[in-house]
This record gives sequence, C-alpha cells and structure tokens, in this order.
Amino acid sequence: MGAILPTPPIGLTPLSAYAAEYDWLFFGMCLLSLCFMVPIAVAIVYFAVKYHKDSKADRSERISRRSRLILESSWAGIPFLLTLGVFVWAGKMYVEWATPPKGALEIAVIGKQWMWKFQHPGGQREINTLHVPVGRPVKLVMTSQDVIHSLFLPALRIKMDVIPGRYTHLWFTATKTGTFRLECAEYCGTDHSRMGGSLIVMTSADYQSWLAHAGTAISLAAAGAEVYRKNGCSGCHGANSTVHAPTLGGLFGTMVRTADGREVLADEGYIRDCITLPDKNRVAGFPPIMPDFSGTISEADLIKLIAYIRSLPPGARP
Amino acid sequence: MTAEAKALPSKSYLEDGYTLSSWFFSTDHKRIAILYFVSITLFFFVGGAAATLIRLELLSPTGLFLSNDAYNRLFTIHGVVMVWFFLIPSIPNTFGNFLIPIMIGAKDLAFPKLNLASWWIFVLAGCFVIAALLIGGVDTGWTFYAPFSTMFSNGYVVPAVIGVFIAGFSTILTGLNFIVTIHKLRAPGMTWFRLPLFVWAIYATSLVMVLATPVLATTLMLIFAERVLGLGFFDPKLGGDPVLYQHLFWFYSHPAVYIMVLPAMAVMSELMSAFCKRRVFGYKVVAYSSLAIAGLGFLVWGHHMFVAGESVYAGLVFSLLSFSIAVPSAIKVFNWTATMRKGYVSLDAPMLFALGFIGLFVIGGLSGLFVAATGLDVHLTRTYFVIAHFHFIMVGGTVSCYFGALHFWWPKMTGRMYPEMLGRGTALMIFFGFILTFMPQFILGWLGMPRRYHLYPPEFQVLNVLSSAGASILAVAYTLPLIYLGWSLFYGKRAGANPWGAAGLEWLIPSPPPRENFETVPVVTWEAYPYPLKPQPVERKETP
Ligand code: HEC
Ligand SMILES: [Cu+2]
Ligand SMILES: [Cu+2]
Repeated sequence: MGAILPTPPIGLTPLSAYAAEYDWLFFGMCLLSLCFMVPIAVAIVYFAVKYHKDSKADRSERISRRSRLILESSWAGIPFLLTLGVFVWAGKMYVEWATPPKGALEIAVIGKQWMWKFQHPGGQREINTLHVPVGRPVKLVMTSQDVIHSLFLPALRIKMDVIPGRYTHLWFTATKTGTFRLECAEYCGTDHSRMGGSLIVMTSADYQSWLAHAGTAISLAAAGAEVYRKNGCSGCHGANSTVHAPTLGGLFGTMVRTADGREVLADEGYIRDCITLPDKNRVAGFPPIMPDFSGTISEADLIKLIAYIRSLPPGARP
Repeated sequence: MTAEAKALPSKSYLEDGYTLSSWFFSTDHKRIAILYFVSITLFFFVGGAAATLIRLELLSPTGLFLSNDAYNRLFTIHGVVMVWFFLIPSIPNTFGNFLIPIMIGAKDLAFPKLNLASWWIFVLAGCFVIAALLIGGVDTGWTFYAPFSTMFSNGYVVPAVIGVFIAGFSTILTGLNFIVTIHKLRAPGMTWFRLPLFVWAIYATSLVMVLATPVLATTLMLIFAERVLGLGFFDPKLGGDPVLYQHLFWFYSHPAVYIMVLPAMAVMSELMSAFCKRRVFGYKVVAYSSLAIAGLGFLVWGHHMFVAGESVYAGLVFSLLSFSIAVPSAIKVFNWTATMRKGYVSLDAPMLFALGFIGLFVIGGLSGLFVAATGLDVHLTRTYFVIAHFHFIMVGGTVSCYFGALHFWWPKMTGRMYPEMLGRGTALMIFFGFILTFMPQFILGWLGMPRRYHLYPPEFQVLNVLSSAGASILAVAYTLPLIYLGWSLFYGKRAGANPWGAAGLEWLIPSPPPRENFETVPVVTWEAYPYPLKPQPVERKETP
C-alpha cells in the first residue's frame, strides 16, 4: 500500500514504503485529533462568552432525558469508532513490522554498553555503522551482551528492543541510498546518548564492493564450524559419535517435538536456548545430556554457531 | 476530643494548638493534609530543580556543564521524586485528606491514627530517597529497568528502591482509609449518588492505590533480591527474564497513571460546577466513568511494551483496550464542557486552571491514542513524543488541577483570599508556558530524538531551546504562587464561609473549619450541586 502513496511533504524523509505509509497514518491521526480538539475549544469559548455570569442569555431550556442519552452516547461512540480505524491501520502496520519476509539478507547485531556490533553473512564485521544494499529486504537478528538496548532507525520509522538472552528481529527494505541516523532508544547507562551511528544504504554494486573490501575471507558459517569443533559438539552430534544425540543438519526451520510434548519451531532463539539453556526444550527421544554452554560461548560465537548449523545440509552429522 | 473543645466550637483547626508536636502528632485530617502539603511542596521544588537543570543542560547538543553520568542521575531523581513524592500523593493526600471527611459530613477519616502514620511513613520514605540523592544519586531512570538496575548500575539503587517501597505503604494506607471512610462515615442522607463527584473519583483512585501498589512493592523487592542477594529473576545470566520485569513494573505503573489523573478529574468536577453554578452534566455517567477508568486501567499495561518483545497478538489486544479506556476519559471532558452550557460562568483563577486542564488534557489524551496505536507507537515509543505525551497528562493535566484546587480551597483551608489577579496570571502563564515547553518535544520525538539523551544531534537544537524557554516560564509560574499564597496567609482578605457561592458541605462550615468540622452531624436532604443555591441550614440537629 505504501508503495502507491507519494512521500509526505514535511518531516524526516521516509526511507521505505513502510515509512511513507507510516507518515500518512501519522498525519491522518493528527487531522483526526484536530477534528476532536477544535469543537471542544470552540464550545468552551462560546459557552464562556454566551453564558458568562453577567450575560442575560436565556438559560431556561432543559434537555429531555432522551436527547441527553442520544447526545452522550454519540459523543462517546462516534470518536471511538473513528479512532478504531486508526487502530486497525496501525495494527496492520504492526503486523507488517513484526513479520520479516523470507529470503531477506540477514545481518547479526550485538548491542553492548555502548556500541553496536554488526556482522554480515560473509563474516564482515563493523561497529556503529551498518552498510546495507538498497531495494533488498534486510533482516537484523539482534541480541545484547549486557542490558536492554533498542535499535532505532528513525528514517525507517522502526525500532526494536535488543534484549539479553534472546534474539529479536527488525526488518526493512530501504528505497533510497544515503547515510541515516541509527540510535539506541532504550536507556542503557552512562553513554546511552552516544550509542549511535549510521545506517549507510548503498546500491547493490557498491554494497558488493564494500563487502569485498571489508576483508574476512571466512564467512559466518565457516567461523561457526571452528566454534563447533573447539567446543566438542561433534563428540556427541557427529556421525562417529557413540552418544545418542540428534542430527543437526536440516534442523533449522523445522518443528521439533520436545520431551514434554510441545512442538517448537527451530529458529535462532531455539538453537540458542539448546546451547545456553538446554533444560528449556529437551528433544523427545534423546537422553537429557546436552551440556549447558552458557557463560562459555560468547554472544558472537553463538551467532556463528547458529549460522553454521543453519548452513548444514539435511542429514549432515559433522 | 476533649470537653473543652466541645465547649468552644468556633475554634478553628489552625488554632487548635501552636506547638510543633500539635502538628506532627495531630490526628486531625486537616492538619495532616497541611503536613502533606508542606512536604510535597518541598519535593515538588526538588523535582523542579532537577527539571530546570535538565532543560538548561539541553540548551546545547553537546551539553553545558554536566557529565553523562550526572545527567542520568538528574533525570532519574526528577522522575522518582515527581512521580512518587509529588504526583501520587499530590491531590489525594492534601485535598483528599482535607475534604473527604468534610464533603461526606464526617468528623475525620475512619482511622485518624493510620492517617498520621501514613504521613510519617511518607517522610521516612522521602529520607531514603533524599539520602540516595545526597550520597551520589541513582542512574536507572524512574522505571528501574532490569537487568540494568540489578546488575549494571553503579548508582545507589538500593536506598532509592527502599524509599519507593516504603512510600508505597503510605499510599496503600491512605487508599484504605479513604475507602473505609467513604463507605462507613457518610452523614445521614448522604447517599452514594448525593456524593460530590470529587468523592467518587477519589474513591476510584483509592481502589487503584490499594490494588496496584502491592505489585510495585513486590517488584521492587525482586530488584533488591537480585541486586543484593544475586537471586536471578530478571537477568538472563542468572536464569531470569528481563521482560518479566517490565510486565510487573507496568502492571503497577499504568494504573499509577490513573492514581495521578483520577484525582485531577475529581477536582475538575468540583471546579466546573462551582464556577458555572450548575450541576455537573451527566452526574452518574461521570461517576461511573471514574470506576470504568480505574478498572480498565489494570488491563492496558502492555501498551508500554509494543517493541519490548511481547507477542504481536498481545500487542494488538493491549492496543484495543487502550483505545477503549479513552472513552470514559473523553466522556468526562465532554460532560465538563457541557456543564458550562446554560450556566453562570465566572472566570476566576480556579476556573482558568480548570479550562487549562481541559486544553492540556485533551492534547495529552489524543497524543495517547498515537502511542496506543501499535504501528504508530513503534516509531514514537522511547522518544520525546512519549515524554511530551505523559507530561501533558500528568503535569499539564494533574498539576494544573492541583493548582486549581489550591486556589479554590485556599480560602477554606486558611481563611484568607489570595490575590485574584496574580492567580489568573499564574494560570495563564502555566498554560502557555506548558504548551511552549512540551509542544516542541512532540516534534522532537516524531523526528526521532530518543528520551534520556544527554547529547543529541545538532539539528534538534532549535526545538530544544524553545522547550527550555517554555520551561523557564513554567519555573516562574510554579514559584509565583509560593510567594503570593504565602503573602496572603498574613495579609489576604478574610474569606467568609463560602466566598465562591459554591455548593458542597465544605462551604457550609466556617473558613478555616473548626477542629470537629461540624458542630452536629449534618443531615443531607439535597442532591449534589443543588444550583441555584437556596439558603441551606448550616447544621441539622440529630440524636447523638
Ligand atoms: C554430551 C553430548 C553433547 C554435546 C557435547 C553437545 N550436545 Fe547438543 N545435544 C545432545 C543431546 C543428547 C541432545 C538431545 C537432548 C536435548 O535436547 O537435550 C542435544 C540437542 C541439541 C540441539 C537440539 C537438536 C534438535 O534436534 O532440536 C542442538 C541445536 C544442539 N544440541 C547443539 C549442540 C551444540 C552447538 C553443541 C556444541 C556447543 C552441542 N550440542 C554439544 C548432546 C550433546
Ligand atoms: Cu542505550
Ligand atoms: Cu500506560
């Protein structure tokens, strides 16, 4: 819907179709607010003058019970119904904000006091600056190493809290190239107001060449293989292991049945929990011996591990 | 009550002893109201000083004289003091305390000693918070979000949390006292639907106080346990859940918004009827909408967490409920406005404050719909838009009404009139100073300036300077009454029993009221707001 709307004339230039639609909703709500405010203001001034204590205005008439009831229910009901329209439109946008499209470019984000660390799928890392290609859906998979932060991209009209112990998402498709503000919106201590940087939207070609220059021959998944090996995961999950442990290849995105009978989607958060909180979702049909790695594997390594597990072909048991 | 006191019915509560202990240990609801009034006025100026420094510091995008840490401590103390030590006790503990017994025709609250105890508890709580401030301050923000507050903050979180915890008990006891009083001590003939709407709204407030505050106490105890004892509730490293903290905190703190706003609505109904000389339009609807607000207020806390990781479905439900709670508030605004119709409107200072309330509250309420709408809130939440929104409600709305109440009942409480023109001037300054302070903040938030930012992008400077300019007007406007009301205590014109020609039992007894309020128990035979006033019997004889 946003795509067919023109860009509103004032304020921050919207950087996506979503942001443009947001602005129309915002201005619509402003207009609706005026429609409520003006009549009240006019009524107050009018009554204050007309029925000033010194005025001789006629005060005799009394409204009947019936018309009073109609009056009261209409001034409660009509504004409510009108604002419900806003509720629905905003709700639709909220669902859109919360639902990343399939096949988006995934970038890992780690917030810590007081910086943002980004890592691209190819392993390229950057701090406080985020390079993304224009016209392509980008999904940020975010977590925090310490307290709660919130990644705020005002030009895109979106933000999402970045919470320790879990992954949250934020997605967008930028429609213009340029440099835009990136901020922390959740108070996180001393340098909260300096925990910002920039979002740099580039053409696809520029992004590719940026990736090429940003170094690291080794991709996120490849780095994850190293973490996997170092922590001895293959000792149980590997093909040659004698322990009865599940196959990790092809796990990502499937539904897993837990020992206590629930069905859980194997997403980033699930795999993270398997490694750091193994008791939360024990897989049905396996002995509960998966060790707890919380505290021994860093947030950055967890992200690599997950990328690695995702990259495994179905049935692989490395 | 002693025999002597009975023999001298004309002695006012102010003349009932001049020693310090006759004040500090008085169980007279009117004296306790004054004790609260003095203490929260002190806190108001502590919180106000912090606000002044904040607005000064924000004149420049790079700050003027504070470090980041000092700035963070300032906005925290501003929030903690203003919310728990000014706004929450403001109208209920001063005007509620003073007026509830008189309005229902009683001699005192149901539990006078408990009332005194709640003031002492409040003072004790205040000592902890002031101590936290003096030994170095707290840097968590008034919301104490975990795990920052429990595992990371290097401020004095514990004394501050203890202070707020203790203050909660004062709130609970006051609420309890009001509820019992309103149920049990109404004078003969004072039926529920003859009660002034002030009493209805304070009753609704008291319900929220009693039901919500214990959740705050529990939550603060969990903070204490995690920070001091290392028990894991909120920090994921200890196996806790940080979002759980937010659910608990807002389960209290959203209703707490209504603890701050319902009393302002209570005052509004009295002011509008007294200065329009007309019964409040739709009395019953206004009474019930207070209860509706109190009830629905418990069901909307999730609107603070749309981007905090709550599920989309929960977000949508909380959003819808938040839209519905706007309905009873809107009804009240329309009914107050309709009260002016066919009335005899006089624009004295209290009425100007009341009209100012309507203006600011309507803007605050409508901006509330922006942040209650999920998709709109995603961009606006955690920015200055939210700051502006709740200041419009809680400062523009509640503080305006607090000052309106102060001017309206000042002659009753002190027996003296204040200088009318200064009162009107103050009302206008507060209104326009307020608009200038907070309107730019709506725009700042919309342009993406996060709250709690010490340093900000230079393109936001103009709007910040405008806001600070407005704040300087507010600083003057909030200080002025201190001077002219203080002056009037000694030199003000003597007020008669009913200087405004208003209805209500409080205007039938002398100003200032005698220790026992009523010489004999009044018998109420009239509906609330019986305008136009007919001469009413001052006291009715009743069998003892
Ligand atoms: C001591 C043997 C052992 C080691 C070492 C081990 N695991 Fe496991 N793992 C298991 C077992 C057994 C299960 C299934 C029972 C359960 O869920 O606890 C499991 C379950 C899992 C699952 C969930 C699989 C599913 O089908 O849902 C993941 C993901 C996982 N492990 C990853 C890892 C990673 C990554 C490492 C290395 C850091 C690792 N494991 C090390 C034994 C092990
Ligand atoms: Cu931050
Ligand atoms: Cu709320």
